Amino acid sequence: MKLTGAQIIWESLLQQGVEVVFGYPGGAILPTYDALVDYQDRIRHVLVRHEENAAFAADAYFRATGKVGVCMATSGPGALNLVTGLANAMMDSSAVVAITGQGASHLVGTDAFQETDVTGVTLPITKHNYLVMNVEELPQVLAEAFYIARTGRPGPVLVDICKDVQQKMTDYEPITEVKLRGYRAVKPMGKQNLPLLLQRAKELIDNARRPIILAGQGIKHANAHEEFREFVEKSGIPVATTLLGIGVLSEDHPLNLRMMGMHGEAYVNMAIANADLLIALGMRFDDRVTGNLKTYAKNARVIHVDIDPAEINKNVPADVGIVGNLKDVLRQLTPMIEKRSYPAWLEQINEWRADTQAHDIMQVEFPDHTLLAPHVMRMIWEETNGECTVCTDVGQHQMWETQYFLHKRKNQLITSGGLGAMGFGVPAAVGAKLGRPQDEVWAIVGDGGFQMSIPELATIVQEKLDIKIAVINNNYLGMVRQWQELMHNKRYSAVEMWTPDFVKLAEAYGICGLRARTRSEAREAIRIAREHEGPVLIEFQVEKETNVFPMVQPGKSLNEMTRRPIIQPAALGGGMDFLK
Amino acid sequence: MLIDRIEAQKNPTKHTLVAIVENKPGVLTRVASLMRRRNFNIESLAVGTTEDPSISRMTIVIDASKTNAALVERNLYKLVNVIDVQDLTDVPSVVRELALIKVRISDAQHRGEIKQIADMFQSRVVDVAKDSCIIEVTGEEQKVDSMLRVLEDYGILEVVRTGRIAMARG
Repeated sequence: MKLTGAQIIWESLLQQGVEVVFGYPGGAILPTYDALVDYQDRIRHVLVRHEENAAFAADAYFRATGKVGVCMATSGPGALNLVTGLANAMMDSSAVVAITGQGASHLVGTDAFQETDVTGVTLPITKHNYLVMNVEELPQVLAEAFYIARTGRPGPVLVDICKDVQQKMTDYEPITEVKLRGYRAVKPMGKQNLPLLLQRAKELIDNARRPIILAGQGIKHANAHEEFREFVEKSGIPVATTLLGIGVLSEDHPLNLRMMGMHGEAYVNMAIANADLLIALGMRFDDRVTGNLKTYAKNARVIHVDIDPAEINKNVPADVGIVGNLKDVLRQLTPMIEKRSYPAWLEQINEWRADTQAHDIMQVEFPDHTLLAPHVMRMIWEETNGECTVCTDVGQHQMWETQYFLHKRKNQLITSGGLGAMGFGVPAAVGAKLGRPQDEVWAIVGDGGFQMSIPELATIVQEKLDIKIAVINNNYLGMVRQWQELMHNKRYSAVEMWTPDFVKLAEAYGICGLRARTRSEAREAIRIAREHEGPVLIEFQVEKETNVFPMVQPGKSLNEMTRRPIIQPAALGGGMDFLK
Repeated sequence: MLIDRIEAQKNPTKHTLVAIVENKPGVLTRVASLMRRRNFNIESLAVGTTEDPSISRMTIVIDASKTNAALVERNLYKLVNVIDVQDLTDVPSVVRELALIKVRISDAQHRGEIKQIADMFQSRVVDVAKDSCIIEVTGEEQKVDSMLRVLEDYGILEVVRTGRIAMARG
């Protein structure tokens, strides 16, 4: 079958099972968009308003569906706008294929119009990338791109395709087999003696008295939830999750302590600091998780299982390091261990937990006019029965969401973890809603991040996406302000933010806009939003200067948290100083 | 050769990695970019073709006192175009470097002395001009280093070193 390069792109996407492409056309990708006319009955193209959001949406689509997210852009500025989204997918291990147009092959290297060395620019932020200058290699390259993106540790792959390659004809046969000499999905260094390593892991588990499991996103990628739950329940070992690991085990499971790290609850970090064994599964000991490495879990032995050999011994030395797919590893490890429970250890953790609960803002009966961001999170959780998909932006609201929303399912929370990219929330909701049309999808964003992604309101309307957007407005870049307050003597610098009238803004886009200033208004607004068919934007005007606690400040040890102050009812009425 | 092992013991912080890579455009950039972004400190990197035209071979020398060699190895291994990585540090291997040294000749007597020095280092004078000559020397880095020290007094005008290449014995 003779096809043009452009047709081959769409045929390859169809063969890979792609249903949605997030993109933005332009000169160097024109032939591909021309060919799209004949494929739009089979592939939905979502026209974003900025290429960065195409990459964010593709990333979130992958997290919502487990299928490779695809984004498309033209050369030069179009491709460059993808960069932040690709870096986000790289940091959070999301399978994304980015297809970009490039100038004609004879112009490459001449500083032609809209020419940028896109493979050069994206080299450190992609799992792999390609520049295609011959149409004959295009089918193979696209098949490889999808294979590399979704296997092993997932990641973004960029394919930069010259304009003449899109126009030229060649014989096309669907590629059914990918041969890569240097790539295998699971690729331990040298020969790994797995039975021996598992035996050592079992011995460490048998001898532990205060073990804790650190569960990360790798469990989701291996699709190993069942295996993980069995391991947890048989071993009787409590679980702390990373930000991206949230949902690997339902947060109401009695052994799930919930999120660890910089803004993890105090009892979770206390448990890690006092553990004698860490079982790290599909996580990478990010600095936001460990705090000061010199004092991190000083008395603990470490079992570390990850699919990426370069993660073992990177930040925390492992006594037993296993490179493997977690589904396979857990299937072998669980039968080897004894069914156990750790009553004394759990009792100790529960003591810390009781102390944490005494600090809980939800225990305080505030007057109705006091609306805090945590209240909004808890109300959305209550009103949706904890069933909706939540996409958050980056900042204080993101951390409060993890604290006050209990997640049941995997990737129920879709958030920018490693990169911490503001502007992720709204486009992520676009990707998530297209991936999970049956789900109720909420974008919970701050006033800062939302102002980076306002243009996507048009995408939401044009694509008729029923997304509820909660803008948590404190008229500050709240997390930056918090750091300036705590670490820079309250010298506020470039953090105060004027915001537009968000309700009028929503209405300008034809979106239902609501505003809530009190707790009762907030609950009412959430109810109206849920009953309304179609997109809704709610602006929650929350207290301006509140901080996310607990907090492990940079360089501090996990057990040196700045704790949430205990709020005495007597303090109420005296302004909000007690929250600072 | 025994001398190689003695050298390795004398210099335990030098790690020699050999990466077998696909001979494709941009592979060197991928390796170099990896070193930069992971903040790995490399002493030398030598690339060349092999018996198989589709495969190139890189010899990378790392100062292990500054950089975790195992982490370099694992990160190299992750690159899609890298077929295999070997750490030859503790493996009996032949290690060589080639250097060209241009030395000043200020009087005729020096020419004879430099020829003698070259002979002692089992190296060759490959170019002779009125006031300078070029010596080609092959060996481990230490040999090149000591030759440079000996020639210093005559005035070294230019030096180029290839960086280490290595191959496991047997």
